[in-house]
Amino acid sequence: MAGLTLSNVTKSFDGFDAVKDMSFDVKDGEFLAVLGPSGCGKTTLLRLVAGFERLTSGEIRIGGQTVSSTSGNVPPERRRVGIVFQNYALWPHMTVAENVGYSLKVAKVEKAARERKIADALALVNLKGFGDRRPANLSGGQRQRVALARCLVAAPSLVLFDEPLANLDVHLRASMEDEFAAFHKRTGTTIVYITHDQAEAMALADRIAVMDHGRLAQLAAPRQLYMEPANEMVASFISQGILLPARVLSAAESGRCRVEVLGQEVVVRCRPGERPRGNAKICCRASDIEAGGPSEPGFDALIKRAVYQGGKARIEFSPLANPELDLHFEQPDPNSFESGAEARMRLKSGWLISGE
Amino acid sequence: MAVRLKESRGQEMALTAVVAVVVVVLSILPMLRLIMEIVAPGGSLSRAAIDAGLANSSTWVATGHTLVVGIGGTILAVILGTLVAVLVTLTDVRGRGPFVLCYVMPLMVAPQVTALAWLQLFGPASPLLRLLGLAPPLGARNPLYSPEGIILLLGVQYGPLVFLLVRAGLRKLPRELVEAARAGGADWFTVLCTIVLPLMTPSIMAAAALAFVSCVGNFGIPAFLGIPANYLVLPTLIYQRLAGGGPASLGEAAFLSVLIGVIAMAGILAQEAMSRRRDYRISSTSMIAEPYELGGWRLPVQAGMWILIFAILFLPLVGLLLTSLVPGYGIPLNAATATLDNYRFVLLEHTAASRAFLNSFGLSIAAAAFSVIAAIPIGYLIAWSTQRNVRLLNLAIELPYALPGVVLAIASLLLFLKPIPLTGIQIYNTVWIILYAYLARFLVLALRPTVSGYHQVDRALEEAAQVAGARLFTRLRTIIFPLVAPAAMAGGLLIFMTALSELTVSALLWSSGAETIGVVMFSFEQGGDSNYAAAISAIMVAITFVLMLVTNLLAPHLPSGVLPWRD
Repeated sequence: MAGLTLSNVTKSFDGFDAVKDMSFDVKDGEFLAVLGPSGCGKTTLLRLVAGFERLTSGEIRIGGQTVSSTSGNVPPERRRVGIVFQNYALWPHMTVAENVGYSLKVAKVEKAARERKIADALALVNLKGFGDRRPANLSGGQRQRVALARCLVAAPSLVLFDEPLANLDVHLRASMEDEFAAFHKRTGTTIVYITHDQAEAMALADRIAVMDHGRLAQLAAPRQLYMEPANEMVASFISQGILLPARVLSAAESGRCRVEVLGQEVVVRCRPGERPRGNAKICCRASDIEAGGPSEPGFDALIKRAVYQGGKARIEFSPLANPELDLHFEQPDPNSFESGAEARMRLKSGWLISGE
Repeated sequence: MAVRLKESRGQEMALTAVVAVVVVVLSILPMLRLIMEIVAPGGSLSRAAIDAGLANSSTWVATGHTLVVGIGGTILAVILGTLVAVLVTLTDVRGRGPFVLCYVMPLMVAPQVTALAWLQLFGPASPLLRLLGLAPPLGARNPLYSPEGIILLLGVQYGPLVFLLVRAGLRKLPRELVEAARAGGADWFTVLCTIVLPLMTPSIMAAAALAFVSCVGNFGIPAFLGIPANYLVLPTLIYQRLAGGGPASLGEAAFLSVLIGVIAMAGILAQEAMSRRRDYRISSTSMIAEPYELGGWRLPVQAGMWILIFAILFLPLVGLLLTSLVPGYGIPLNAATATLDNYRFVLLEHTAASRAFLNSFGLSIAAAAFSVIAAIPIGYLIAWSTQRNVRLLNLAIELPYALPGVVLAIASLLLFLKPIPLTGIQIYNTVWIILYAYLARFLVLALRPTVSGYHQVDRALEEAAQVAGARLFTRLRTIIFPLVAPAAMAGGLLIFMTALSELTVSALLWSSGAETIGVVMFSFEQGGDSNYAAAISAIMVAITFVLMLVTNLLAPHLPSGVLPWRD
């Protein structure tokens, strides 16, 4: 078991920076999810950590030992990392037991000890008695569990997951999520988990690193990521956050300040040290918006669409004063809003995005 | 509406019918005729031909020799080809493009040219060895006149074939399968032995089967190297029987050619059986693994690869070139003796030779043109048709090429020995019988790239034309032909190159006035005029090389894999 440290890691392909100046620490035993839209460089990041790619500049350390730097690269086979691939990467010409025991065989572990460890690993992923099967005869979930057992058996210092659930159907995903969480709890292994699925990252990770265009956009615990996005990209990426232009009216006081949004004055959460300024942005969620009475503080809006979603309706609207903005909120049954109608809307709260 | 429906089907039916006729005439008819000769010689069912063939001891000796050189050549080709494929595909060696071009070159050069080049390199009259003062005394036996020599040359000739198939397999190997093993602690060599090569078993087996069929059916190499040592394999035994006995010995030749076919088929079946023993199916697709960094080994490995090219390509070609410049056997080469007379003689003075150049050019152009035109509708049916018998159609066209050329030559002889029924036209002893055999044998060389061209074209392009009201023949002409033409043309150029210096088929079918370049070169060498044979060969190598470079110009418009020498 070991922690992972990235210092100013950059990887360029022909002048294009796939990963740019990334620095973060993963503590020993921590579960870190790396989250980002496709093409943001998260898979390149994983391949750098595994040692399949050489970095352009910076340094990677596993358990305090430098494994990648501009002066050298420890080959993947000597890093003691385990990888669970999206497409499982089970070797079709070997049985399940041979797949799981491969790293032991390479390390010349004697046969009896090897078989015991294989049996233990298979039992741990609930595949007792599957040793003689062929990968081709297993279901997707079973294959992923074999892949898990295969990386587990070598007692790696660090386990990398590369979108391991992307190929599975929705039902299987939930149960594999439980399995991964249990695996982490049982083994206490440091895990770096690459995904583009926010719900997955939120459910599993201790902390989430959001990546955008090769850069680290924010690294925080799931709740903080949701409540206090560091910038506009994170704010709009996580849970469909709504970004609204605002003017800060008062300095921060015990984590709150007053802002003017769409002509309405609202008290929002903020970082300490905020001062009055124009050109600010706040992030709010659908749950921060509600319908208001005609004379209450708020703003007038044009309802564009009402989408029934079972028990509630998603109401999409634009403020009359800023028709280019698209907002939405959820209205529990019964819904009285119809498209084309005008209504009074009210903002309850939000988060002031700091303006570095 | 109903009328329109009927019409469009009518055109597809017509297309299918034409294709069916082509396939029956070029593939099924000759094979049936050959089998009939074996099981029912003279028209009635009898075992006479089989019994006579089996009783003859030379049959068994030649079969034994065929197996020895076939298996030996296959093993050498598999070792060489697989090694090169692994180095070129999986490591970071530099200069792949030129290396692949050079390594695949022997495959493009006719086997008899390879044989002659090597003979000139090692023989006592070798101008190169004499220049270096290393030549054995005149009259000494050339060490290549031996089974080992034949095996060596077959391995050199067909190593590239194995290379191409294994490389194609390696390119489909998902990188995760390699990376999972490396993350599991295996170094690169261990991954190669435990993951990569086992997963390549189907490719290597298929390549071995193809190399085996090619080795067993090869005529040029055992003819040049084996006949002088009286080491006969089945194709050379057939040649000798026919050359000595004429049409009277056709029955025996038919039996022997079927025997070659059976041996070749046995090789293919053995490969199928071996590949089925385990599950090698790779289900996922992904990028190919990062090339392995050889580090300090890269320079020595690159040097080794170019030494290989030097030994198997440059040296023999230099030997060939030097021999073609020497005025006569055993005369040492120096500034005073070097001459272009051999070239002038074969191109201008020797009537049969200059006629052969015309014949071979005509035959190759005709075979290439016909195949390109035929490949487009046949490819259409194979790639896009919903009809069920497409696999059979494909098989029928592959068969004449999959079987050794000798088999098809004998089948053509049997088919056309008598005038064609109803018409009374006699094509036996003319150039037309060679053309027929070329069409049957090489059609598939144009078909394969065309089919892969079809697979790259979005069918919606044709459907859009269909919706716009174009009927099948219009679509074929205006939409489909322009789209797949480059692939079909590349196939045509491959046919042209192969047919131009072809020997196996024409050695059995030629007649006076209907010689091919291969035949003339062979008879020069048999008559001891190696200098003339070398001059012809040098011309053929030059033409082949220029054609390869010209075809490269088409490369941007071709599906990958159509031009074997492109990396």
